[in-house]
Amino acid sequence: MNQLLAAGDGGSSGGLHFPAIESLLEWPGFLFEGNTFLELNKVGVIYLFAMAAPLVIFTLAIRKSALVPRGVQTVAESSVDFVRENIVMQTMGPDGMKFMPFLLSLFFFIFFANITEVIPFIQFPANSRMAAPAFLAILVWVVFNAVGIKSQGFFSYFKNTVIPPGVPGALLPLVAIIEFVSTFLVRPFSLAVRLFANMLAGHLLLVTFAVLCENLWAKNILVSIIWAPFVVLIGLTGFEILVAFLQAFIFTILTAVYIGGALHPEH
Amino acid sequence: MIDLLAAADEALDGLKAVGAGLGYGLAAIGPGVGIGLVVGNAITAMARQPESAGMVRTTMFLGIAFTEALALIGFVVFILLNFA
Repeated sequence: MNQLLAAGDGGSSGGLHFPAIESLLEWPGFLFEGNTFLELNKVGVIYLFAMAAPLVIFTLAIRKSALVPRGVQTVAESSVDFVRENIVMQTMGPDGMKFMPFLLSLFFFIFFANITEVIPFIQFPANSRMAAPAFLAILVWVVFNAVGIKSQGFFSYFKNTVIPPGVPGALLPLVAIIEFVSTFLVRPFSLAVRLFANMLAGHLLLVTFAVLCENLWAKNILVSIIWAPFVVLIGLTGFEILVAFLQAFIFTILTAVYIGGALHPEH
Repeated sequence: MIDLLAAADEALDGLKAVGAGLGYGLAAIGPGVGIGLVVGNAITAMARQPESAGMVRTTMFLGIAFTEALALIGFVVFILLNFA
């Protein structure tokens, strides 16, 4: 398909050249090239930014803490309040508060790695590469299993997870297999794929409309159509801000649900 | 012979693209209906009991996330078939 578009572009006029997907997603290293551990590319820099930005925000908020919050302290306090009220309290209750730091840092890391999708001149969501979502999902998998084993003991955690209460005996083997697969295999996979695919889809959507815009603008085919993709592009940018926030929220709340399930078994 | 092989190769690429497109389209049907049901019922619940809107909204996002996963797996299959 790319060949077809490229061939069309090679013609006299009217061809729409969509960039190859590699050029949208793969970035060459530009720092410490050749060094396996230190080499950095754009994605790595965005991850460093996503790690540093919450640190800066919360450090500033703590340093100038006042009884009546102002400026950056308002941002920090309202985000902590948001995570506490909407994520921890809704899913785990008061004894989930000890997971608050983990969930908050997870939320902020994912949010800042996502929001670069719409920041001008960066415009790349770092989570549209599978590495970090997969790593975060494995981390969450380790954490909720460790919490379950610690709070219930290995065998009773396994039993409570695999055998849901109130299942008739004949169905038990089938249900146990389904529960095992869905808890230990599908959960981390879907957690990673959800974040990754949402960000990748958003990025491709923005690129598609930006390419349309640029082509129509440059070639000036029909002046009246020029504005249509541009308006859609602006609308989609707003939508992607929502998606970046929502995906961070959903990843965090699912983590909280999984940890809560491991903490309090169903009876 | 070589022409035939090249033609077959091209046809295979075309079939791959068609399969990828169809796969994504089919994968989007179920989640589309599912998300509609989730959000529709959430709105009904919120309209009936506005005081529980916060809880309903959280649960609604959870439901959307679970339902949406299927469509996203379809999208990933589309990407893999087309570009990998």
